[in-house]
Amino acid sequence: MIFGKTASAASQSVKALGLSLASVLAAAATPALAQAAAASEPAAGSYVPMKPTPGVGMPVPDGIGLQQQYSKLGEYGAWIHDIVLMPIITAICVLVLALLVWIAIRYNRRANPVASKTSHNTLIEVVWTLVPVLILIGIAVPSIDLIAKQYKPAPKGALTVKITGNQWFWTYGYPDNGDFEVISNMLNLPGQPTINNGVREVGSKPWDGPSHLEVDNRMVVPAGEPIRLQITAADVIHSFAVPSLWFKLDAVPGRINEKVLMIEKPGVYYGQCSELCGAKHGYMPIAVEALPRDKYDAWVLTHAGGVVDGQAKPAAAAQVVPAETVPAAGASEAPAAEATAEAE
Amino acid sequence: MATTAEHFQAHADDHGHDHDHKPAFFARWFMSTNHKDIGTMYLIFAIFAGIIGGAFSGMMRIELAQPGIQYLDTFARWFGAVNPDFNSTLHVWNVLITAHGLIMVFFMVMPAIIGGFGNWFVPLMIGAPDMAFPRMNNISFWLTVAGFCSLLLSAFVPGGTGLGAGTGWTVYAPLSTSGSPGPAVDFGIFSLHLAGAGSIMGAINFITTIFNMRAPGMTMHKMPLFVWSVLVTAFLLLLSLPVLAAAITMLLTDRNFGTTFFDPSGGGDPVLYQHLFWFFGHPEVYIMILPGFGIISQIVSTFSKKPVFGYLGMAYAMVAIGVVGFIVWAHHMYATGMSVNTKMYFTAATMVIAVPTGIKIFSWIATMWGGSVEFKSPMIWALGFIFLFTVGGVTGVVLANGGVDDVLHDTYYVVAHFHYVLSLGAVTALFAGFYYWFPKMSGRMHSEFLAHVHFWIFFIGVNMIFFPMHFLGLQGMPRRYPDYAEAYAHWNQVATIGYMVMAASLVVWFVNIIYAFAAGKKAAGNYWGEGATTLEWTLSSPPPFHQFETLPVIEEAAHH
Repeated sequence: MIFGKTASAASQSVKALGLSLASVLAAAATPALAQAAAASEPAAGSYVPMKPTPGVGMPVPDGIGLQQQYSKLGEYGAWIHDIVLMPIITAICVLVLALLVWIAIRYNRRANPVASKTSHNTLIEVVWTLVPVLILIGIAVPSIDLIAKQYKPAPKGALTVKITGNQWFWTYGYPDNGDFEVISNMLNLPGQPTINNGVREVGSKPWDGPSHLEVDNRMVVPAGEPIRLQITAADVIHSFAVPSLWFKLDAVPGRINEKVLMIEKPGVYYGQCSELCGAKHGYMPIAVEALPRDKYDAWVLTHAGGVVDGQAKPAAAAQVVPAETVPAAGASEAPAAEATAEAE
Repeated sequence: MATTAEHFQAHADDHGHDHDHKPAFFARWFMSTNHKDIGTMYLIFAIFAGIIGGAFSGMMRIELAQPGIQYLDTFARWFGAVNPDFNSTLHVWNVLITAHGLIMVFFMVMPAIIGGFGNWFVPLMIGAPDMAFPRMNNISFWLTVAGFCSLLLSAFVPGGTGLGAGTGWTVYAPLSTSGSPGPAVDFGIFSLHLAGAGSIMGAINFITTIFNMRAPGMTMHKMPLFVWSVLVTAFLLLLSLPVLAAAITMLLTDRNFGTTFFDPSGGGDPVLYQHLFWFFGHPEVYIMILPGFGIISQIVSTFSKKPVFGYLGMAYAMVAIGVVGFIVWAHHMYATGMSVNTKMYFTAATMVIAVPTGIKIFSWIATMWGGSVEFKSPMIWALGFIFLFTVGGVTGVVLANGGVDDVLHDTYYVVAHFHYVLSLGAVTALFAGFYYWFPKMSGRMHSEFLAHVHFWIFFIGVNMIFFPMHFLGLQGMPRRYPDYAEAYAHWNQVATIGYMVMAASLVVWFVNIIYAFAAGKKAAGNYWGEGATTLEWTLSSPPPFHQFETLPVIEEAAHH
């Protein structure tokens, strides 16, 4: 609630300037990022976006089931859906269909010319009331358990990432790492009208994921540790959703929604805005890149003001390193490429 | 329901031709106070609105046939946009989904199933000469028409990023307030106000009629189940629509008069709107399906030549669904960030609804069990309904689980679910009711052959449209998207082909209607034979302009 005023104010300005604001910001950030990247030591400041594995963290062509899950809660949820719910609902549909087919065969006018007059049978009515109750209790036990687990708060030292939905892009703030902010726009689609000015087309970098899902700057997080996601919106309601991480939480202006996310292994996981938010609702995807902690730290240090381990030392060092410091030979190519990618 | 009303038939026949005193054209159709004429107008209006709402869904399916934006620019020009930019092109998509939802809910299903069949058959089934408030009945109808006009007008005025209201049928704030400048959303809100006022008056009319105008001997527990279903529905309308009216009035003042009910910068809360909307919205889905339950009960009983199995259980299952339907609304809001206890409560409460719903499904099956079942056109549609509604119902049980909803909320899985219970459930019930009562209303028999062809093509088509949507949803495709990743292309293409199959079935339906009026045999009073026992079958087809001038008496022995 405390963010109400600021969020609203931000929404005003974003609306006034339109999307050009985002691209201007991104463009303005270019030199700073390049400088920071070039200035830091290769170990501390190098980052090349991860190449996503086809079929991991994204929909698979012609797929008919849930996406493969990469969080413990997701595995539990998928188990409830695939092992508990699906067999039950399939059995109910098959039972109803079988009974209807049997009626068509056995009780049609020719097979049974004289209709019975039975219209009551207390026992069977009690049975078909109680059996569904028992089935529902059977479903409710794991289901309620899943909800309880989902609401376990993050441990004290967990990394916080602040997610803000905007019309029509996401911003990711890193208050524990020097409070820098990443602006994330969808990559433009080849052969389609420009969606985001100043953003490249999908497929122009080797690490680009599927069209409609890939962004210029991903939300990078460490893998294998709980992360506290705090989600809000600057203008209208959006929803931060990543199917392969079993995660969906609305971004509501004036309200901070918090939930823990723990990604089991490194990878790129895609999602899309899941609450109608205006014209480009379909064009503000989410890309979460989970990295091992050391690589995450290195990514943090590519940002101006990036701080690692809650201590200003490495980042401060990175910031004060003179620009003319020559980066190590081997690393010179990668950061440059990465810096461009970041800027776009 | 056995009756002794045969002699009233004779009586009605005496008066049917010479003493109808039908008013002249304008007075009859524009100043109508006759429940049958108003019912007919509701049905014609619903078919007209359904064609428009269905055309919008066709525009959406053609756009979704493949990834990328192909047709929205053309559609934007149809609505009158001059050289639309990309945002206003995309805005057309949101206008289409909004209009499709609002039209189908408020101007197709509700007018057809309550205004149309309810008006026509509630008085006939309870042995009443007309509705309790005939003039209010008239204004209910014309308010609905006015509401529809307001909604259509909204498509041609600015609504933010383009012409028309692009807020979704849920009209969530702040997208519908600060997010949509221009008069389009105001027209949309006004449309809901008018349609809502019409429905509230209709609900009052039905409640009064059913409580006060039942024929002598027609106790509550002898009423046909269709009348029970309309009674429960009328209570749901009466209690839920005022909440919607309040919510959208607050939207209106937020938009125009500087209030901040839903604006956090003034102390308001966008989530409050969702609570108010779904307090109406969830009963609303039962409003759309309960009369369908009633229709299916009548048809299953008629064509099995058996009384409905477990009549009291069936009646009170509907009452239970109506009551519980009021305390489950926040299962539409699992992703908004509610507290853990709230989420657990709504999960448990929502699952409870499966119990009375199961009672209804099994009771229909038990009604047919041991019967002498005739697969006439209404019955084949009713069987289709029972199966399709079961499929839609079980996915509802999946979605009820708050923890599982995290991955399915606002995906195509939800779209598949509510189209199975509405587009395949309520609409199938509407077609079942149409074939059941069309000869009664028009006096002409339709073609049974064409009705069966209509059913099978429709059944294949709608399943092709909506079954693959389960797959898309499980794979994570969000709703309300005009464009999607390549991986979703295949099932979207199948759905679009399914739409064309479904549309072809509607051509068969229209041909059948034309056939009936042009060459259909004259319908007898009770053309379905011994299984049809409710009071409307004691009258001629069509019934006299004023029926039951002498009230029928229901025998004590006449038991459901």
